[in-house]
Amino acid sequence: MNTILLTAFLGIVLMMIGAFSKSKTLPRFVAIGGIIVILIANMVELLSQESFFTFNVKNMLTFNSFNLAFIGVALLCTLIYFLLSGSAIEKVGSYVAEYFALLFFVLCGVAISATFNTLLMLFIGIEIISIPLYILTGSDKRNLKSNEAALKYFLMGAFSTGIMLMGIAFIYGGNDQATFYISQLGFGVGKMSPLIAIGLVLLLISMSFKVSAVPFHFWTPDVYDGAPTVFTSFMATTVKAAGFFAFLRLFDNGFGVLQPQWQKLIVLITAATLVLGNLTAVFQQSVKRMLAYSSIAQAGFMLFAVFALNEKAKEGLILYAAAYSLATIGIFAILIKMKDYTIDGFNGLAKKQPVLAVTGLVFLLSLTGVPLTAGFQSKFYMLMAAAEVGSYTWLIILAVLCAAISAYYYFKIIQAIFFKEASSAEGDLTEVITTAFKLMLIITAVLIILLGVMPGLLTDWLYY
Amino acid sequence: MNPQDVWITFPELLVWFPLLAGLVCFLFKDNSKVKSWVLLASILTLCISFASLYFSDDAKYLALNKASYTLKYMNNGSFILGLDGMGRLLTLLTAFAFPIIFVATYNTPYKSAKNFYGLMLLAQSGLMGVFTAMDAMSFYFFWELALIPVYFLSSQWGGERRIQATFKFFVYTFAGSLLMLIGIIYVYLHTININGNGHSFALYAFAGVRLNPTEQNWLFWLFFIAFAIKMPIFPFHTWQPDAYEQAPTATTMVLSGIMVKMGLFACLRWLLPIFPQATIKFDTIIIGLSVIGMLYASIIALKQDDLKRLVAYSSIAHIGLMCAGIFTKTEVGLQGVMLQMFCHGINIIGLWIVIELIERQTGVRKISQLGGVAHKAPILTILLVVIALANIALPLTNAFIGEFMLFNGLFAFNKWYAAAAGISIILAAVYTLNMIQKVFYGEENSITTAIKEIALHEKIILSVVVVLIFMMGVYPQPMINLTKATVEALMLKFN
Repeated sequence: MNTILLTAFLGIVLMMIGAFSKSKTLPRFVAIGGIIVILIANMVELLSQESFFTFNVKNMLTFNSFNLAFIGVALLCTLIYFLLSGSAIEKVGSYVAEYFALLFFVLCGVAISATFNTLLMLFIGIEIISIPLYILTGSDKRNLKSNEAALKYFLMGAFSTGIMLMGIAFIYGGNDQATFYISQLGFGVGKMSPLIAIGLVLLLISMSFKVSAVPFHFWTPDVYDGAPTVFTSFMATTVKAAGFFAFLRLFDNGFGVLQPQWQKLIVLITAATLVLGNLTAVFQQSVKRMLAYSSIAQAGFMLFAVFALNEKAKEGLILYAAAYSLATIGIFAILIKMKDYTIDGFNGLAKKQPVLAVTGLVFLLSLTGVPLTAGFQSKFYMLMAAAEVGSYTWLIILAVLCAAISAYYYFKIIQAIFFKEASSAEGDLTEVITTAFKLMLIITAVLIILLGVMPGLLTDWLYY
Repeated sequence: MNPQDVWITFPELLVWFPLLAGLVCFLFKDNSKVKSWVLLASILTLCISFASLYFSDDAKYLALNKASYTLKYMNNGSFILGLDGMGRLLTLLTAFAFPIIFVATYNTPYKSAKNFYGLMLLAQSGLMGVFTAMDAMSFYFFWELALIPVYFLSSQWGGERRIQATFKFFVYTFAGSLLMLIGIIYVYLHTININGNGHSFALYAFAGVRLNPTEQNWLFWLFFIAFAIKMPIFPFHTWQPDAYEQAPTATTMVLSGIMVKMGLFACLRWLLPIFPQATIKFDTIIIGLSVIGMLYASIIALKQDDLKRLVAYSSIAHIGLMCAGIFTKTEVGLQGVMLQMFCHGINIIGLWIVIELIERQTGVRKISQLGGVAHKAPILTILLVVIALANIALPLTNAFIGEFMLFNGLFAFNKWYAAAAGISIILAAVYTLNMIQKVFYGEENSITTAIKEIALHEKIILSVVVVLIFMMGVYPQPMINLTKATVEALMLKFN
């Protein structure tokens, strides 16, 4: 509850700052200070099991350790995002305070969609996440690609929200318990009526759209590529993780008992996402677009949590969200500093900026899944969760082969950084790299390695 | 000795000391001092390894030879390092190889030498970790981590096509390891740990697991494909000749001397004990593939012009024989594999040293462009001929004992396979003697007139290799005693 109210409040504060202050840098500092306060408040709520605000939400939102731990991860990733890329947000356009305000509203939506207990709350949470993102995608007003991306995102998003509403209507209309709470929808294994089945599939489709699972992913590359890189960084990480968390909670609490009925669909979607995401990423020349497709490929792994729905899967999803978000935020932060977004733009980075090169190496190794990094631990948890299910072993072997394919495109960047000579003598970085930036990158890399060796640091919060 | 009295054990020392020494290397400013540091560190590691041989009585000194900890947040990851007979043999090989490599390549100029030597020591640490890991998670960790320094070494300091060759090597091996990871997870889910509840990654739990035959079959292949890619066995060998050729020769020594033994070792430690029925079921296929690989590689080696590629293909043939020896599951075969792992490591490093010396002096590696080296560098030639004859497994050399035992085992398995494998020995003699004749004897030419005799330290190091060859060829008993217990434990699984 703390997070929901405080983020909304902070968003409004930032809007006021935007209206009344001329300073360009004040919003960033307020944002960073605000995120730290909200993170602490969230942790206090996790530890003490009660919030600062007494609100009777009539059980429409549940605040248990699992949900609050995930919100904590999202807030931590956003904090690191602000510290690394906050200055890049200031360069997008002139409405700096508004950008930060919108980001906080997105976080509010993340918190709601992480704690929902009725489908209405799920819908509200997803919408609150999406609408500010439509605006942020198009915030580079003079760039045609950004406008196109925003329109595409808005139209496809509105369409999928319509599908979600239809699914919700069918579920509520079709269940015979006359309850709104998803945990009480009362499905027995033999009790799936056609209305429920249609509603379930529609919800599956709309949630797959939100997390860009194949074959509902077609908006992702264009939107991620058109949006300003700094906002792509946020969309590809925190928002996607939030989408997956909502996906998991919906199908675990709501439709968990019906799992044998819909598991086949998830298997097909997972397989398609893994294969398509990895294969198309191989052929990309632009690093930004390649990271967009790689986010689809990583989404394939995260779908294993929905496939398995056991304890390991839940721990794994939180770990995967953290690992993937940290690594991607890091690599995007480095990418933002580049003038040239193609792979060749990274040539010779090791000689020019060794700190960026080594931390970039850690991020890319984590995305590939090399041991010692959090990326490996998270893939390991996912594979173990899937192995515990016992069936569909071919899916696990496919996932692992796709992870090997992913090594190809991640290592192309590593090779450009370390083993290729820079083509021009002049720097191809947009600006001077400050020591604070390098320090933040090192901290992020250290966090990734720490989680890689001791994943319990994160997963133990689930059972607090 | 109680575990509480001991504050550090041998396997830990063997793994952490090269790691720390390697990290220290990166801090050096002066490229010339780093060579002395690296030599000192690797000799210290060798002393540690010798000391571990002294304390090898497991009954009395178990506390010195086994380390197991569980860190607080590792979530059923345990971390167990231990030394048994086979582990001691291979850690001794690793500890022996690196000082030899460093002395032999002392005069080779490397750009940013401190990074090069630091990465070499990190590779050594990873290899030590593989050989001492006693639980599946740390085994997997070190298996992958040994790869990363080698990837950087080859990609940065290698030949012209180094980036593609190393990349192919990396992705191939990585895919195999990921398949093995699935196997590890599945076996883990079927283990019962020592308290009777829950699962465990430890080797004893894995070895005691009960799997039904269908499960054993596909799990066996998941593990074996990873090892087959590492060894490499036909048809998974396509990465090897390019990777060996393009890597800097010091790295090739590590690759062929020690890293391939990782694959053989893993079969003995992690494949045969866990999947005995599947081993019995598939042994014919695997021995068949190994023998085909031996013949195939030997025939291709006949046609090679580049010295490095010649030795690379000859290495595939030798490894094929060792792999076949493992799957004969006879006592003499297994004992032969253990011995041959050490001997082949030493011999092939000797060969690579000679190639490195020739290349450093002339700049070429092609047999067609060399000739008459013996006139200019007679001592090099004498030492090389001994090492090359060891490669052919002439009696009195160490490889003879190993190969004799391996053929014994193979013959007991199936005499036709043994006969086919025997042909590859003849082919080995053909291409090796052909290479010696063309490169060292015959007419001098414009390139080889510039060759001088090798330096003193290079003579000494090659003599050390030659002395080892003869010593082990005449008196291999200590080596055999070292690994006797491991072989007997393995044989118990198959009786």
